[in-house]
Amino acid sequence: MAWTKQILRINLSNATVQVEPLNMEWARDYLGQRGLATRYFVEEVDPRVDALGPDNKLIMTTGPLTGTMASTGGRYSVITKSPLTGAIACSNSGGFIGAEMKNAGWDMIIFEGKAPSPVYLYVENDQVEILPADDLWGKSVWETDELIHQKHQDPQIRISCVGRSAEAGCLYSAIVNDLHRAAGRSGVGTVMASKNLKAVAIRGTKGVGNIKDPIRFMQQVAAQKKVLADNAVTGAGLPKYGTQVLMNVINEMGALPTRNMREVQFEGAHSVSGEAMHEPRKSDGKPNLTRNAGCFGCTIACGRISTIDQGHFSIKEKPEYWGNSGGLEYEAAWALGPDTGVDDLNALTYVNFLCNEDGMDPISFGATVAAAMELYEMGVITPEYTGGIELKFGSAEALVAVTELTARGEGFGKILGLGSKRMCELYGHPELSMTVKGQEFPAYDPRGIQGMGLTYATSNRGACHLRSYTVASEVLGIPIKTDPLATDGKPELVIAFQDATAAVDSSGLCLFTTFAWSLENIAPQIDAACEGDWSVEKCAEVGARIWNLERDFNMRAGLTGADDTLPKRLLKDAANVGPAKGLVAGLDVMLPKYYELRGWTADGQLTDATRQRYGLPG
Amino acid sequence: MNITLKLYANLSPLLPVNAQRNAVAVEVPEDATLNTVIDLFRVPREQAHLVLLNGVFVCHADRDQAGRLKAGDTLAIWPPVAGG
Repeated sequence: MAWTKQILRINLSNATVQVEPLNMEWARDYLGQRGLATRYFVEEVDPRVDALGPDNKLIMTTGPLTGTMASTGGRYSVITKSPLTGAIACSNSGGFIGAEMKNAGWDMIIFEGKAPSPVYLYVENDQVEILPADDLWGKSVWETDELIHQKHQDPQIRISCVGRSAEAGCLYSAIVNDLHRAAGRSGVGTVMASKNLKAVAIRGTKGVGNIKDPIRFMQQVAAQKKVLADNAVTGAGLPKYGTQVLMNVINEMGALPTRNMREVQFEGAHSVSGEAMHEPRKSDGKPNLTRNAGCFGCTIACGRISTIDQGHFSIKEKPEYWGNSGGLEYEAAWALGPDTGVDDLNALTYVNFLCNEDGMDPISFGATVAAAMELYEMGVITPEYTGGIELKFGSAEALVAVTELTARGEGFGKILGLGSKRMCELYGHPELSMTVKGQEFPAYDPRGIQGMGLTYATSNRGACHLRSYTVASEVLGIPIKTDPLATDGKPELVIAFQDATAAVDSSGLCLFTTFAWSLENIAPQIDAACEGDWSVEKCAEVGARIWNLERDFNMRAGLTGADDTLPKRLLKDAANVGPAKGLVAGLDVMLPKYYELRGWTADGQLTDATRQRYGLPG
Repeated sequence: MNITLKLYANLSPLLPVNAQRNAVAVEVPEDATLNTVIDLFRVPREQAHLVLLNGVFVCHADRDQAGRLKAGDTLAIWPPVAGG
């Protein structure tokens, strides 16, 4: 269905449940999901709120196309203030719970306050209950999922929950749904746990409705599905190789951040690549990759389902990990692999399982381990700190050991749970933290892919590839090929990607459709489903409005233009090999132009004119 | 001249059997262009989407240019792929 026009407000302090109509005036300006929930959040939450205090709120939200027949229409997002960055957090996930929420009749659920003791929310259509979760506290995501299913005796319930890392205060904890999909970044799981909210379990059977023009919608959906199927990337490349096909690409072009971003190529990249996941293992003759997998309504199915070699040291004595589960995606494989110097595919797959099992963002976790390894190499972190673990670059054993500790919030894992920025500050070396606004980088070195430097620096949620994936253009030639080593034209490119992405993230669709679709394909589907006129231009304008609204929140939260920067390593230390040899990230050239094009001041503040142009709240 | 050829993703089966880690050292004519090599190893030209010569992308128009390929170069080719 398009908007259900109903939202749930859950006050955890008072254990009250309130039903409210959706603010349709805001829906017309912000569409849904990321944009609309941010509009609610900005209205209701003081930007300077303590992210882990009861006054922070957490919104789970769908888009108008979530739960419809549109391809990939299964997305939901979590909006809150991030404890990792102090900025707006918006984490997007697939799987099935978004569609289930929509089928239960809700556009969004707003959580307020803090429960006096652990609880979970149970939603079965109009029946909404806050139930005790004392028996679930201390359990992993996977245990919690199983226990809730058992308790309600309904295998079709969809569950989002936090694991032990979030309970222990790990600042990059995720909210995991459907066992191995996650609202992964910026510590949204940490906020959820701070409210004593262990899980949200939903069963929805109301079905689809409320489509503005059902016949036109179905025609559009069918036509656009064909575009995805006929496209070489979404129809063939992504289903077969997943995102992991990028490992060799990015390494070959000398933009694969290696060993805490000291280097730009990793000698072991092939061993942990998408191609390697297809190769039969010598030990048991089976490949790492079992099959691909799709989220609700997806006709791409890029997900990886993998198994670990049963004889591998990590799981030899742990038969509970012998089955298959969510496998490596590119960003996770990079952070856990090249960034830590580990080239053991089995170890990375096991560590990825643990990130799912206990709800940790594998990007932030892997990058934090990488920084710790550099500190260990320098002699700043010693075995006395790590409990005897020799935290050397390239050690699969060390990676496995510290993952188990961090997932449970034990020992040195408590330090790693602080994230790279706080950990490096703690040990007196803030310059070794590869972060922007406190969030760890993903898998593209901005010395070799210049647009990503500007993307990271200006991202509203801290370093992130999913705010404007200029890699599509600079590396893959989608929609047009641009030179990854050039800074010319990148401010324009970044802005176009940022705005379009904000619109897609507000629709209920998956960003991966944009390897084949543009707003030209997406806007007609929204327009057929939703009241109002949803032209391409309107969608782009909504995207720009959302971007400015998020920026405005961050500025009010105390961030400034000075936070739009990169670590010195990327601004001062040139790449040592490959096509980018001799280059640093050219942020100084791109940022002023970016501000100008955005209509912001020279120090990155929104002007009144820009605020008025987009009709932003006072 | 000798170059290193790398074929990835769906193009992997087109590599000679002695290839390891998707790479193989091959002998190609001295005057070979990129498209000479692409044709020699039966890579369908429409599948030669991402073509990196020593890590740098070469567009379709430049793949017939003589003198671009030199001994010791690494030529890596992918079909249309994406990730993120």
